[in-house]
Amino acid sequence: MNGRFDIQMQVMWNRLISVVEEQAMTLLRTAFSTSVREAGDLSAGVYTPDGRMLAQAITGTPGHVNTMSESVLHFLAEIHRDEMFAGDCYVTNDPWKGTGHLHDITMVAPTFKNGRIVAFFACTAHVVDIGGRGFGADSQSVYEEGLLIPILKFASHGEVNRDLIKIVRNAVREPDKVIGDFYSLAACNEVGHRRLLEMMNDAGLDDLDELGHFIFTRSRKGTLERLSEHLPEGSWCNSLVVDGYDEPIRLVVKLTHADAKIKVDFTGTGPVSRWGINCPVNYSKAYACYAIKCILAPDIPNNFASLEPIEVSSPVNILNAVHPAPVALRHVLGHMIPDLIFGALAKALPGQIQAEGASSLWNVHFSVRPVGVRGGRTSEVLMFNSGGTGARPQSDGLSATAFPSGVQTMPIEATEHTGPIVIWRKELRPDSGGIGRLRGGLGQVIEIAPADGYEFDFSAMFDRVNHPAAGREGGGAGGAGVVQLDDGTRLRQKGWQYVSAGRRLILKAPGGGGFGAPEDRCPEAIEHDRRAGYVTK
Amino acid sequence: MRTHDPGIRLGADIGGTFTDIALDVHGEIRSTKVLTDHHALESAVLEGIEKVTRLAEIELAEIGYIIHGTTLATNALIERRGAKTALLTTEGFRDVIEMRTESRFDQYDLAIQLPQPLIPRQYRYTVAGRIDARGKVLQALDEGAIGKLVSKIKAEQFESIAIGFIHSYLDPSHEQQAREILSSRLPDVSISISSDVSPQMREYPRFCTVCANAFVRPKIERYLTRLQALLESKGANCPLYLMHSAGGLMSVDTAKQYPVRLIESGPAGGAMFAADIAARYGLDKVVSFDMGGTTAKICLVEASQPSTNREFEVARSHRFCKGSGMPISIPVIDMIEIGAGGGSIAWTDTMGRIQIGPHSAGSSPGPACYQRGGQNPTVTDADLLLGKIDPDQFADGKIQLSSQNATAAMHRDLTDTLGCDAMTAAFGICEVVDENMANAARVHAVENGRNIADNVMIAFGGAAPLHAARICEKLGISQCLIPPGAGVGSAIGFLIAPFSFEAVASQVVSLNDFDITSVNRLLTELIATAETFVHNEAHVNTVLEITAFMRYQGQGWEIPVPISMQHLKSKHVAMIKTAFEQCYKDFFGRTIEVLDDLEIEIVTWSVKATEHKTPPATIAMIDANNNVSQFDVRTVFDPALGENVPHSIVYRANLATGDQILGPAIIVESQTTTVVSSRFDAIMQSDGSILLVSKLE
Repeated sequence: MNGRFDIQMQVMWNRLISVVEEQAMTLLRTAFSTSVREAGDLSAGVYTPDGRMLAQAITGTPGHVNTMSESVLHFLAEIHRDEMFAGDCYVTNDPWKGTGHLHDITMVAPTFKNGRIVAFFACTAHVVDIGGRGFGADSQSVYEEGLLIPILKFASHGEVNRDLIKIVRNAVREPDKVIGDFYSLAACNEVGHRRLLEMMNDAGLDDLDELGHFIFTRSRKGTLERLSEHLPEGSWCNSLVVDGYDEPIRLVVKLTHADAKIKVDFTGTGPVSRWGINCPVNYSKAYACYAIKCILAPDIPNNFASLEPIEVSSPVNILNAVHPAPVALRHVLGHMIPDLIFGALAKALPGQIQAEGASSLWNVHFSVRPVGVRGGRTSEVLMFNSGGTGARPQSDGLSATAFPSGVQTMPIEATEHTGPIVIWRKELRPDSGGIGRLRGGLGQVIEIAPADGYEFDFSAMFDRVNHPAAGREGGGAGGAGVVQLDDGTRLRQKGWQYVSAGRRLILKAPGGGGFGAPEDRCPEAIEHDRRAGYVTK
Repeated sequence: MRTHDPGIRLGADIGGTFTDIALDVHGEIRSTKVLTDHHALESAVLEGIEKVTRLAEIELAEIGYIIHGTTLATNALIERRGAKTALLTTEGFRDVIEMRTESRFDQYDLAIQLPQPLIPRQYRYTVAGRIDARGKVLQALDEGAIGKLVSKIKAEQFESIAIGFIHSYLDPSHEQQAREILSSRLPDVSISISSDVSPQMREYPRFCTVCANAFVRPKIERYLTRLQALLESKGANCPLYLMHSAGGLMSVDTAKQYPVRLIESGPAGGAMFAADIAARYGLDKVVSFDMGGTTAKICLVEASQPSTNREFEVARSHRFCKGSGMPISIPVIDMIEIGAGGGSIAWTDTMGRIQIGPHSAGSSPGPACYQRGGQNPTVTDADLLLGKIDPDQFADGKIQLSSQNATAAMHRDLTDTLGCDAMTAAFGICEVVDENMANAARVHAVENGRNIADNVMIAFGGAAPLHAARICEKLGISQCLIPPGAGVGSAIGFLIAPFSFEAVASQVVSLNDFDITSVNRLLTELIATAETFVHNEAHVNTVLEITAFMRYQGQGWEIPVPISMQHLKSKHVAMIKTAFEQCYKDFFGRTIEVLDDLEIEIVTWSVKATEHKTPPATIAMIDANNNVSQFDVRTVFDPALGENVPHSIVYRANLATGDQILGPAIIVESQTTTVVSSRFDAIMQSDGSILLVSKLE
């Protein structure tokens, strides 16, 4: 009976999502990298034997989530089926085959049942270091950004590739933590295998063909229904200017909805940069898909079929940078893609799309050392910070909240334990939300000093300093970002810079844009903002 | 006039719908349920006590002691109805409780509403003064500025103040100074400080915890004072104790000081109930499964101890969604709660898939089959249609169930989308809800480094016995105990809970650079704190449990490692390292073998002092010695077989120890119904428990 079969399939679909969630939890709990363990900068999923994504953990951040969906195909192209064995685990950090920069390690492993491959598990995590110049925008090519591991075997028949471990150990700054993360990634795929095989045994399944067919059919149908219900056919363009490294960058998109497909094209976008802020197209695609899914089909799980109707194309430019362009900070522009796409969708769906936000995370990496001691051991400290999001059609923007990234910030008490810095301030930035019927989210102010007797270099990777988040439907722009010292010296928004002992670095993360005419804001909301001190003027 | 009899104990658990009372008179347990009166909680307690003492034919004055648990603190936080509270915090950190972790709990919901801070920004004040990450004073506390706040606090008429400073878990002196200045000039204002309420690293949860404590404190103080007076006026002048969130008892005075520790005390009672049964049966690994009308709660019990945690989330705005609530860092029984109960409503999503909850039809209007106006199909409606519940015998026959209404509800919301008949929809609801619970249990076990299939399940709560067998099938669990009195499990759990107090503090030490003197100083303090609390409350012998929360340096997740020594010597460091590696392996499958030089560190220490209790008399698990052959037969759907099959119908009250009922069968009793699926048999135990045993065993 059809109904009963469907229910069994549904139940197994839920179980499969639970399997990948367990896989992700294992990674979260064992990872060494701050960005994984504290910030959730990871992704985990399960695939069909021909490399189509079946299910993905809810835990994870959109940049990885959608990028990883295609990376398994690259592994299948490189490693022949005859050379795959139980206990194998494959690895790469190739930005164009993994998830967009060298710091992300992707591992893929086949699951065997009765001698046949029934699935692949994949996972990705951001490691603390990958050699080269360190995490920053200053490299002129991917060669300077660190060690590139082509697709190869991390483990064969369960035996770890010791040569690879040796190479990594000698190429990166914090080898223990990086190698620890390699093991965590492999372990999380192992958990996936175990749970999947248990599930298949319980259900008496020999393969996932029927289940895959069910998942793909339902997801495709659901996605297409949403598309036709919520978006008229047509074509809309938008462009956006952001700070870039040394000169402003124009991002351009043309969005077309026709024949049950959404085509996203980045023709007209600025050229590849000399600096490490370029995006491989797989990463641009990830955030394009994310933006479209948020608007049209937020409740449909991520898989091959739910992502299939979205096609992304681009000539070579900063959103489709090819090897050997430097790409370490690809997130800075990647995080702007939802704003770019929302601008186009706002023309198709007027009144329904939120304003621009700070969007790009205000992450900062410190390299701290005792005063005057160069070349010695440094403490590496990473901090995640978020500005405000754009005001929504129904409510104010979110203050100091990551969007589109899904990461979390670390407690400052934990950050101060990782290196000799003192965070003197981390609080909301009044008056930084764009005005409007609905107010943009507030940015935040952060003040950081080296501890007594120390000095630091920091890697700036900030945007929206010269180009604040625009409002929508008459709303005002969010407050622009500011990078300076406590003595008033303005600093650059990108690249490594020095802060001497006794000085404080002050970061003012940008606010989100407002939505609707400011004169339409209701008096209660104005009074509330004034009382809470969100608005002081 | 009769006087206190220590052999008579009374447990009172105020829940959202019912207040449960359990009375133990020299080992004989009587219980009752009365409706909770949200306007006068203490009157429902008294009503229940009077009812149950009448049943037992004793006077209130004879009660030896009363153990109480209440959702008052939890509800005050959920409904945001507490005292007008100010937060005093470190300059530069006014918005910690508002900025949270700067993340969104749902990645795809653009209209997301984040949880609002408990204390609004205009009530948050800052003062200069800074402790650094090593516990050294970096900047002196600006005492003058605190003095100037007094007039503001008076003008705003704050009832309560929370104080939370950065790194105060390392050095509480600034918080203590601030408290002294304020309390000397504001004697009527209640003051809570974070280094006292929750001295753990990570400012966001610590500040939330102290704010929650301050917010509920005046209300709880007043309630407990009223309750004590009311009980005394009725002659029940025995000692009153409160159940705390970690499953132990504390005095009224401690509860008034740390009311935040009352959160989740009811569910903690349920876990203690399961732990006691585990102890009696000598079961080492148990998963307790408590399913009621709105939610299901799952807890792991190892060596008769429910697993505990140092942090949990309360008042989730987006029901049950991780990250949508407020983190509270206090010792707590580690439970997961999902929106899956008998009243949970089924619906279909965009892809035509059945979803269950989190909305519940509750007790009013209730499931469609109750015939009280409920229109939506619920889990109970599905149970009825599949034949698991007899419509004429529900709740002692007090509620006549209507299969017709249940069928109509399936047609109304589900069958068109699913393209099936009402029976199949009912099967779908049960399969999906059982799978949801099984998945939650699996993930919870993984998070605790355990394999769920190794456990015995103990199932209680009104809806649990209907679903337990199928969930066991899904989890590969081969034994499940369904104890008697399962309807008031939490209140019975109160009766057996020991006096206990857990003191927790963060102090980061690396094993390679182990400062034994300072660690011993900390341990001595923690031991003194924990023991003093227990000894002040009762003259009992205590057992100490010391736990170090450890990780490889650089990791962010600490795992609990039991420490057997109360006073450390240098030779113990190697033993701690070995213990950590063993625990790590248990959790994650393997240690990190290639990294011999990776440093290991301890982040947080916990000392728990627990009243030493004589273990309960053990019960031997009884094998079948008599096959029950006299029974009615009814057709019921069996999910594993995927078809309707004849089930034996037997009455629990008619069963004797050692009786075996071969599955598939249905065991009927007044409060609930136990389904013995086709893959299980049931054996009646000597204490009245039903043991489900897999036929594969």
